[in-house]
Amino acid sequence: MAEVKSLIGTQNKKGQTFTDPWKMLHEAPRTPSFYTGSEVIKEAVRRSSCDVMIAYPITPQSEAAALIGELFAEGYIGDYFRGESEFAVMSQCAGAAFGGARVFTTTAGPGTMRAMENFPMWAGARLPIQMIVTCRGINSPLSIQPDTLEIAYLLNTGMLVWHAETAQDFFDWILKGFMVSEEPDVHLPLALCCDGFFVTHTKDVVNLTPTDMCLPPYDPYRSPVPCMDMECPPVRMMRDPFVMKSNYISYATHASWQQEIWAAIERSRKHSIHWLNGLIDTENTDADIVIVASGTAVSQGREAIRLLEDEGVRCGLVKIKTLRPWPEEEIREATKNAKHIFVPEFNVTGWLAKELRASIPNPQRVHAGPHVCGGMTMPPEIIVSEIKTALGMKSFSLAGRGS
Amino acid sequence: MSKERIQISEALYDIMPSDYQDLVKSATYGKEDRGWKDIGSSKELIEQHSLCAGCPESMAFRYILASLPNPEDTVMVGSTGCTSLVFPMVAVHNIHSLFGNQNAIASGLKRALSVRFPDRVKDVVVLAGDGATVDIGLDMTLQAWFRQEKFTTICFDNELYANTGGQESGLMQKGFVAKMAPVGKLFDKVRLPEIARESGCHYVVNCTVSKPSLVEKVIRNAVHIAREIGPTYLQLYTPCILEIGKNSMEGLQEMRDSEKPTERFAYKEYVSEPAKQLLAELAAKDKERKAAAKQLAGQA
Ligand SMILES: Cc1ncc(C[n+]2csc(CCOP(=O)(O)OP(=O)(O)O)c2C)c(N)n1
Ligand code: SF4
Repeated sequence: MAEVKSLIGTQNKKGQTFTDPWKMLHEAPRTPSFYTGSEVIKEAVRRSSCDVMIAYPITPQSEAAALIGELFAEGYIGDYFRGESEFAVMSQCAGAAFGGARVFTTTAGPGTMRAMENFPMWAGARLPIQMIVTCRGINSPLSIQPDTLEIAYLLNTGMLVWHAETAQDFFDWILKGFMVSEEPDVHLPLALCCDGFFVTHTKDVVNLTPTDMCLPPYDPYRSPVPCMDMECPPVRMMRDPFVMKSNYISYATHASWQQEIWAAIERSRKHSIHWLNGLIDTENTDADIVIVASGTAVSQGREAIRLLEDEGVRCGLVKIKTLRPWPEEEIREATKNAKHIFVPEFNVTGWLAKELRASIPNPQRVHAGPHVCGGMTMPPEIIVSEIKTALGMKSFSLAGRGS
Repeated sequence: MSKERIQISEALYDIMPSDYQDLVKSATYGKEDRGWKDIGSSKELIEQHSLCAGCPESMAFRYILASLPNPEDTVMVGSTGCTSLVFPMVAVHNIHSLFGNQNAIASGLKRALSVRFPDRVKDVVVLAGDGATVDIGLDMTLQAWFRQEKFTTICFDNELYANTGGQESGLMQKGFVAKMAPVGKLFDKVRLPEIARESGCHYVVNCTVSKPSLVEKVIRNAVHIAREIGPTYLQLYTPCILEIGKNSMEGLQEMRDSEKPTERFAYKEYVSEPAKQLLAELAAKDKERKAAAKQLAGQA
C-alpha cells in the first residue's frame, strides 16, 4: 500500500497523474460532454489505470469493447485482446487477475449466461475483476433487446452487483467500483449492470473528470489471498487436498469459504455507502405510495411520479444502486410509511419485487409491476396506469393495450 | 521470487511441518542444473500425493517439477481431474479454476505477468488431463496456440476421464469399451500433436514418462521455447492403471509397451525452425557455462 500511496502525484507513461481517487471524483473540475453510454465506458476506463482488458463481441456491449481497444492502441491499457468466447474471456480475465492485474471486461445477455460458471469462481478466488453487463434478452426466441432478466442470475454468484441508471452513474461507478471491490476486506468481483441500449446507445450530457488524471494502480499485495506471481513463498497448501471426495475437511472448507464470500459482500457495504453516497437514493418517502426501482426503471418511475403529481397523486421514489450488497435496512426505513409499493421492472419474472417482498414487513404492500420485457420500452403512463388501477382509481385506456 | 525469501524464523523452526523444513533446507530453487537426479536427495517441490498407488501421473509430476528451469518464477495452471489432487502439494504457485479453461487462464496470467514484470522472466506451465485439454477445453487449448501465447501446455494423456470414473475421452483409442462408450469408442484418438503443430506450436512431443531423463529434456526445451518464441505442447502418456485394470506395479511396463516404435506413444517430436535455432544457441551457451565452471574448479 505504501508503494501505491507514494505514486500519487507521479505520472504514468501517458502523462496522466495518479490522483487520490476521492479528490479526482469529488473535487476535480468536471467537463460536460455529450456522449453515448458506450463512449462513457471508454472514458471511465481511460482514467482507471487498467492493466488488462479482454473482450468478446456481443450486442449491445461490442461498441464499448471496441472503443476500449482504441484506448489500448493509444497506450492507456497494458494488454487487450479478443478471446474466443465469453467463457474463455472470463477465464482469461481470471488468469490476469490471479497474476495481479487490474482487469476489466464487458458482456451482455447470452454472453453473461455462457460465462456463468466463471462468476462464482471469480468470487471464490477473490478476484476484483470489474465486468460491465449491458443487459439484453437471454431466452429463446432470440432477442437483442434490453431486458434485465440476466441480473437475476448474477445475484447469487457472490459478486457485487450494482445497477446504473444513467451514463453519469456509469462513469462515476466504474471508477468507484474499483475502489470498493479492491478493498482488502472486500476483494470481490463487481458486475456493474445497465439496461442495454437505453444507456449504451443513447447520448447524454455526462460530466467527466480531467483526462490527465487517473486512479492509482492496483496493488495486488493488498489482496486477502496470495497473488499467483511467485513473489511470495508458495506453500504446499495441505497434505490432504480439500477436493478429495469423502473428505470431511472438504465440506468444512467449502462451507466456511462460502460464508466468507457473503460476509465480504456485507463488508463492502460501508465502502459502497462511502463512495456511492448511500446504497439507495430516496425522494418523498413520506408518501403513501412509493416506487422502488433500479436501472432505467428509476427514470421511468420519476417521470410517472411527475404525471401523477399533475393529477394530485403524491408518490415517493427509492432508487436502488447496489443489489449486492442488498440495501435491506435502507429499504425498510425508506418504505416504512408506504401503504403501496410499486416495482416497475424490465423483465418478466420480477426479481426485484421478489427481493423486496422478502425483506420488508407487510410484503403484501408490494405490487410487482408493471413489467415489460423482451426489449419493450416502459412508457411512464404504464406505471401511472398500474398505480391507479391498483388504487381503484379510474385509468384511461392505453393505446394498443386493449385495456 | 528470490529463493532467500523462503526462510523459517529460528524460533519457529521446530514446530514447522517437516515437509516445510525440508523445502527450505533443500529445495532446488535457484539451482541452474536442477533435474530429475535431484529427486531423493533434494526437494523437487512436491511432497506426498493422493493419487492411486503406482499411478504414473505421480512419477510424471515429480519429473516435471524437478525439471522446471526456473521454478522460483514459474506459475502453473491446472484443471479439474486427477491432477487437481496433486497441485495442492506442489511448491510453486498454481491455479485451479474450472474444468477445461486452463489455457484461457494461462493466457490471461502470462499477459498479466508480462505487463507487471516486463524485465523479468516469469514462466507459465499448464498441466491438465486429456478430457480437460482435448474435449471440454479444446477450443481454449487451440485458440491459445493460434494467438501464439507464450506458455507450455502439458497434457497428461491417460486416454479417459479418470477422475469421474473412466468415461470415454477424445484421446481414448477407437473401439475401447468404456463408461459412456457402451459399444466401444466410435472414432479415432484425436490427433492433437499434429493439430498442435498445425495450430502454431513450436515444439510438440508425444511420449510416455517411462524415462526421467527424457521427460527432463522435453520439459526444459518446451519451457525455454515457450518463453522465447511461442506455444509448446507435450502429450505424455500417464496410463490410468485403475481404469484399465492394472496393478500398481504395472504402470511402468504399460508405458514401455506403448512406446514401442509401432505403438501410439512411440517418441515423436516436432521442432519449428526458430525453435531449432534457439535450442542450438542454448546448447552452445550451456557448453560454455559448463566449460567455464570446469576451468574454475581446476584453478581452485
Ligand atoms: C463443467 C464440468 N463438467 C464436468 C465436470 C466433472 N469432471 C471432473 S474431473 C472430470 C474428468 C477429468 O478428466 P481428464 O481431464 O482426462 O483428467 P484425469 O482425471 O483423467 O486426469 C470431469 C468430467 C466438472 N468438474 N466441470
Ligand atoms: S484414477 Fe487413474 S489417473 Fe487417477 S490417480 Fe488413479 S490411477 Fe491415476
